[in-house]
Amino acid sequence: MTISILKAVSFLILFPFVIAVLMFCIKNSSLLRNFVAIVGGFSVMATAIMVGIRVLSMKGTTRNTYLTATAPHDHIIMGGELLLMAIVVFLSIKYKKYYAILLSMVGTIPVLAMDLSGYAVEGAPHLRVDFLSAVMILIVGIVGILICIYAVGYMKDYHNHHTEVEDRSNYFLALLFVFVGAMFGLIVSDNLGWIYFFWEITSVCSFLLIGYTRTEEAVNNSFRALWMNLLGGCGFGAALLVCNLVLGISNLSQLTALVPRQNMFVMVPVTLIAFAALTKSAQFPFSRWLLGAMVAPTPSSALLHSATMVKIGVYMLIRLSPMLNGTFTGVMITVIGGFTFFAASLLAITVSDGKKVLAYSTISNLGLITACAGTGTTEGVWAATMLILFHAVSKSLLFQTVGDIENCMHSRDIEDMHGLIIKLPKLAFIMIIGICGMFMAPFGMLVSKWAALKSFVDSNSVWLVLFLVFGSGSTLFYWAKWLGKICTVIHQSYELEDITPKSEMISLVPLTMMIIIMCFAFPKMSDIMVQPVLNEAFHKNIPNVIGGSDVIIMMIMVAMIFAIPIGSRILAIGKKSKMTMSYVAGVNAGDDRNYIDSFGKARPLYMSNWYMTEYFGEDKLLVPSIVISAIIVIVMLIIVCGGAF
Amino acid sequence: MIMTVIKVVLYILLAPILGGLMEGVDRVVSARMQRRQGPPLFQPFYDVYKLLAKQTTVVNSIQVLFVIAYTIFTIFTGALFFGGGDMLLVFFALSMSEVMMVLAAYSTNGPYSALGANRELLQMMCYEPMILLVAIGFYEANGSFMVNDLIHAANPAIIKIPGMLIGFLFILTIKFRKSPFDMSTSHHAHQEMVKGLTSDISGTNLAFYEIAEWYDEVLMMGIVAMFFIYNNPISIVWAVIACIIFYLMETLIDNIFPRVKYMAMLVSSWVVILVTAGTNLLILSVIK
Repeated sequence: MTISILKAVSFLILFPFVIAVLMFCIKNSSLLRNFVAIVGGFSVMATAIMVGIRVLSMKGTTRNTYLTATAPHDHIIMGGELLLMAIVVFLSIKYKKYYAILLSMVGTIPVLAMDLSGYAVEGAPHLRVDFLSAVMILIVGIVGILICIYAVGYMKDYHNHHTEVEDRSNYFLALLFVFVGAMFGLIVSDNLGWIYFFWEITSVCSFLLIGYTRTEEAVNNSFRALWMNLLGGCGFGAALLVCNLVLGISNLSQLTALVPRQNMFVMVPVTLIAFAALTKSAQFPFSRWLLGAMVAPTPSSALLHSATMVKIGVYMLIRLSPMLNGTFTGVMITVIGGFTFFAASLLAITVSDGKKVLAYSTISNLGLITACAGTGTTEGVWAATMLILFHAVSKSLLFQTVGDIENCMHSRDIEDMHGLIIKLPKLAFIMIIGICGMFMAPFGMLVSKWAALKSFVDSNSVWLVLFLVFGSGSTLFYWAKWLGKICTVIHQSYELEDITPKSEMISLVPLTMMIIIMCFAFPKMSDIMVQPVLNEAFHKNIPNVIGGSDVIIMMIMVAMIFAIPIGSRILAIGKKSKMTMSYVAGVNAGDDRNYIDSFGKARPLYMSNWYMTEYFGEDKLLVPSIVISAIIVIVMLIIVCGGAF
Repeated sequence: MIMTVIKVVLYILLAPILGGLMEGVDRVVSARMQRRQGPPLFQPFYDVYKLLAKQTTVVNSIQVLFVIAYTIFTIFTGALFFGGGDMLLVFFALSMSEVMMVLAAYSTNGPYSALGANRELLQMMCYEPMILLVAIGFYEANGSFMVNDLIHAANPAIIKIPGMLIGFLFILTIKFRKSPFDMSTSHHAHQEMVKGLTSDISGTNLAFYEIAEWYDEVLMMGIVAMFFIYNNPISIVWAVIACIIFYLMETLIDNIFPRVKYMAMLVSSWVVILVTAGTNLLILSVIK
């Protein structure tokens, strides 16, 4: 039993790298490439589901720890770290961004020196597959792999439209699979050195993905992502050194087992790792790399935003969460998270580029997850884990739909999605479900938000409650106006050709189904997936956060949402009514798209959404937000690290 | 269980009558304030009766769907509240029903409707924080989110959360779309955006919308009453008196303030919420 989990996990880590090599070798998009991606992808997904189910069906606490003696593995990892550094150095010299070399060296060389000189603490298991790992494996295995499969079809269309970009799709797809492999590695590693290695792989991979098109903007954005993540990496590297050299521990689980109040010095590595997590999860002041990441083709955004990259940060915070309860670091992390949730949701109002709205919404939601994890309470972690699950599914679906809409309409601007429900009904329907999944009542995100609210109230964090309620207001605004644009019905408009390939539907349909099923299944998910995580992290049971009658009422709401459209179709409500033009004060020019002006000429008529850029615009809010949060982060680092000496 | 069913059925049957009467009173009192004769008390019912009898013209069939969804969800929200359900759930259901109405306006593609929809969303953004804070306030004051537990509390909530009540009364003007915050649609005649949100809704659909508004008004006054009700039955009398006073106060405000710009609404509502409800919450958390 135990060996099979180890084997399956090794397969999960290594096989994506094998697929990546194969993908890299298949230069052109062909049936073979589709075949490799689908067969390889689904075998990884099946393994991930198997591991997930097997681990989650265990009772009590998991003791799946493996690989105590790992000299050969360690050599490979050292080699890998050098390779990553070499890639960064080479590209930094090529594009004359020398600061990245410095950050990369500062992060890598001391750690390598420690490993080579034998100061690194050995003797603890390197891998650990516990309940939280199992939940993350399911997310990466299902959502991440679906994105990779989607990418195969997407890249073909992408290069049909973007002929100016050199077709390196083999390289792009290979990177996606490398990314997934590294993710698996990161979530099952317990040894901090190993986590650090996989951490750096994801940093460099995201850098390479963002720079895919090699335009000036892409290169600049990719280097911004690189330096921010390398800076976080330096923080992680420093935490690693402190743990090994001062505290004499090598594993994350050993770190979280220490009780902070006995030795405040423990908080130094915890704070450094939390700092690294903030960079990865794109919290303010490090949010700009995630906004820049959207220059890359959509699958990479979907992957970075939903199942992988940004989830690493919050995953680490959830791991550290029992340590953060009631500490200064915990308070600061919650404040940064709450602030990010609020500020990013205001900023999301002001942008009309679909992907950018999604990016801000990701930052905002991650802020909420960060805040939940930072409270260090059981309810907070419950909400954080639930939010991760729901966010991964909804966000990847939304990114993929925006990508498809862009391929069909050559625009991803929300204003151009005016009347999408008539133009591309299938994609519009999927998108409506995705958007509802992000903010509407019975869907998962809102339920988790509700739990978060309860946990903040119980832990008496008033400021957080305020951030959350005001942030909810603006969140509602930007999603609902997008939903409105999609639902607008324009007379005499026709369906566009939906060129979404079948291979993409393989990814879109299951994700849509998952959002709907997760609405119904969430009490079960709480019992099976989240409760064990809490038991393991806090060693206590918590009562069901949302219990009994509420669940039934939410079921009724879900049922009503689906019953109303179906019912109205059956009863033919509104079909008998007389049709008319929309009201334009009596000057319609025969349809609802033009009106007759005072000179008797027909003029086009169009109503744009509100963006309120003069109040919350990026040029007004972004810099102050970054400055405020940077001050909070610096204060946190100075007080914790300075206070320890 | 049977009690809950009875309460819900009573709400579904009586709320539109009460809501319609409230609107009638509002019109009569407004008229008297303006030294007009005004309509009879039952005018809202005559209006809706007439609307139901008229031929319905629609801009598209999706619009009908959204208006019906809005009506059903509004009734559902009220039923949840008067049935004794979870306050947070009530408010989430409420914002869902509001979104349905906004989508109904959006779907028409009319300029006045679209403008009304955007403004309505902004109004929601203004009152959403306060509505959530009210639920939290009740929880902090009496330790439960369930309406059933709250009405049996040992003390009226108003003692501990007066700030929340002030904040809630402020956003009630926004929620009822009374001047100075009648942005998205208004019952006053001076409209640069015609009927805003409901410009493209007519006949039966408009009747449904009106009825949903009645349910909504009763729900909102129910929340106001919650501030006063505790396990002493006499408190219900106080609650009713308070509701009448505050409702008439809304009518007065409606008649004496000119409409403000939308940014003034956003800023003032958020500041008021922070100062009243935020401070109240802060104090509660300190003395707890």
